Amino acid sequence: MTVQTEAAQAPDLLYTETEEDLRSAVRSLLADRADAPTVIAGIESDTPYDLRLWESLAAGIGAAGLLVPEKLGGQGATHREVAVVLEELGRSVAPAPYLTSAVVATEILLALGAGGGPAAGLLSELASGSKVAVLALPFSASPADAAAAMTGTLERTVSGVAEAAAADVLLVPTADGLYAVETGGDGVAVQPLVALDLTRPLATVTLDGASGTLLADAGPATEAVGRGLLAGAGLLASEQLGVAEWCLTETVRHTRERHQFNRPVGSFQSLKHRMAQLWLEVVSARAAARNAADALATGSPDTPLAVAVAQAYCSEAAVRAAEECVQLHGGIGMTWEHPAHLYLKRAKADSIAYGTAGRHREAVAALVELPAP
Amino acid sequence: MSAAVDAAQVRRLTQELLAAHPPATTDRADFLRARFDAGLAWVHYPVGLGGLDAPRSLQPVVDAELAAAAAPDNDPRRIGIGLGMAAPTILGYGTEEQKQRFLRPLWTGDEVWCQLFSEPGAGSDLAALGTRAVKDGDSWVVDGQKVWTSSAHVARWAILIARTDPDVPKHRGISYFICDMTDPGVEVRPLRQITGEAEFNEVFLTGVRIPDSRRLGPVGDGWKVAQTTLMNERVSIGGARIPREGGMIGTVTKTWRERPELRTHDLHQRLLTLWVEAEVARLTGERLRQQLVAGQPGPEGSGMKLAFARLNQEISGLEVELLGDEGLLYGDWTMRRPELVDFTGRDAGYRYLRSKGNSIEGGTSEVLLNIVAERVLGLPVEPRNDKDVAWKDLAR
Repeated sequence: MTVQTEAAQAPDLLYTETEEDLRSAVRSLLADRADAPTVIAGIESDTPYDLRLWESLAAGIGAAGLLVPEKLGGQGATHREVAVVLEELGRSVAPAPYLTSAVVATEILLALGAGGGPAAGLLSELASGSKVAVLALPFSASPADAAAAMTGTLERTVSGVAEAAAADVLLVPTADGLYAVETGGDGVAVQPLVALDLTRPLATVTLDGASGTLLADAGPATEAVGRGLLAGAGLLASEQLGVAEWCLTETVRHTRERHQFNRPVGSFQSLKHRMAQLWLEVVSARAAARNAADALATGSPDTPLAVAVAQAYCSEAAVRAAEECVQLHGGIGMTWEHPAHLYLKRAKADSIAYGTAGRHREAVAALVELPAP
Repeated sequence: MSAAVDAAQVRRLTQELLAAHPPATTDRADFLRARFDAGLAWVHYPVGLGGLDAPRSLQPVVDAELAAAAAPDNDPRRIGIGLGMAAPTILGYGTEEQKQRFLRPLWTGDEVWCQLFSEPGAGSDLAALGTRAVKDGDSWVVDGQKVWTSSAHVARWAILIARTDPDVPKHRGISYFICDMTDPGVEVRPLRQITGEAEFNEVFLTGVRIPDSRRLGPVGDGWKVAQTTLMNERVSIGGARIPREGGMIGTVTKTWRERPELRTHDLHQRLLTLWVEAEVARLTGERLRQQLVAGQPGPEGSGMKLAFARLNQEISGLEVELLGDEGLLYGDWTMRRPELVDFTGRDAGYRYLRSKGNSIEGGTSEVLLNIVAERVLGLPVEPRNDKDVAWKDLAR
């Protein structure tokens, strides 16, 4: 029996000083450039994301290249630092193609070896933030879908591709292997969809006579796509943590200030208990998300389980925090000008992204041998 | 005594203890007494009181050396109240005589302690207690009733809070005592519980005389002293590492793996959800432990008891359902008097019923949620009408 009941090594669940410095830099950038009114104004424009913000985040802070080795133009950091960036991006719901390009696409290219050739070149461009690449699969694809995705040819239509509108390059899985396709080339159409989450655009990608560069054959490509989706799912937990944390903090702030019945509403026990319960879920989500980030960073054999646990927990924690945020804000929580709705939409969309909680629980069942009847 | 006690020194002292008292040939109680006298009981306590004035973080060095040598431990489960609650309070507020008299037999388990705090009319609102202590010469005469007293039937000593001034608001008229459980007027009656057994007691105090020399802290300051006790009660969680599938989830997953005929789809979904929650609770405890080791204690500890209480209850409820026809049975309803709460050695029905106490004992989940809301999140306290009213004038 190979039940994984013992973690391979004790994970480091804390934040280092370097990570806290990175957090401060990202947080103050987002506070300056992506406060709530700016984000709301941005989603009502036609641009998929704020280019100046992206330049500052990607090149200025160097956040886009955290996973990429220094010799390829990156920072040579790890998933732990990336997780901190994603916590902050979750707290601000700023539209930025970070998770899709700097995490999933980057991780796929890294897994391909990046010893040289087109993958290495593209990796450097992603690391500097000068290009954005996304995986041409529906945003709902889970790590378990990697093998099934390696099918067909370049001729295809893929619906629900996250941040395709922001992409310069699409990574397209086919039966032959993984192709890089320039979105500006002939035979490539990116048709924006109306998405539930206003801060993360979705699009339908149609390839009709498009040409691409083969990055890897089917075998290594399957593994690389699986690794990309695993990293995406694992680090999405940190974004969800950030969303949940913002929702709790704002709800506490609001209920301390808002008076009804001649008392701050936050002094009513029925509300206090709900917020205390949310706090407990947020600190639990933090432990789960840190565990996944650390497992990815150290290449622990525990990684698939750590990621499945983090997704199964953090998806629901973020949705609940956002739903409670709207409810405990009362009427103002239902308005367009208050940012609570942006977090609810992000949280709900995130709960489907890279596999639902239910799919991740199925993964847990397989990994720890708790089979269905 | 130099303050610079280091790990090497602690390790050397532990080796010397083991050499002088080989665990294989030394009587258990003798070994524990020698360990106390060597300052290796709790290294952060003062020299002469079982410690070395060393940083608390050096205790694991001692524990690891002793565990490797298979030395007996002082069974913290059996002496939990003494160790976790009485000892830090005596250390903080006791006189030199009290420390010398009580700490050694407390630590070695020669004397078991219990806690006379809760009353039938004062549970979550502990400061409303009505047990009276009236000064009579050099003694106090105590009358009242306490409840939920684990270990009272085996305890030699008790920590006791009683009202010494009914004319001031409730928090201000309380004093803190050490009560001799063998004194005349102390009557312990088993309190039979939902599980059928009596792990707790009711304690009736009738004209019990306690010498003033066994008071802890100033007269009327007992509430402040009790805060030390209660804080230590809640701090004890989170110190130990739990393996994956440790705790209640382990028993139900074992049954799931071994008995495929019991599986249903509904139970599978619920089991997986609880498995994930138990794993996340384990990780949250691990993160708290790492914060403590790094010297940055986080507030997570306030929530861990809440999480474990709910998980224990849900998992044990699921386990009874999983067992189906067997879940309809119960191990033994005869009246028994256990000294320990033992979840793992018992059947599913016991686990289900006993876990109901997890959200009540040591502070109800509702009170803990208030504490998290007010002290961690900084939410405003509810308005109170009992703060400036003399205890005797409160409605009861």
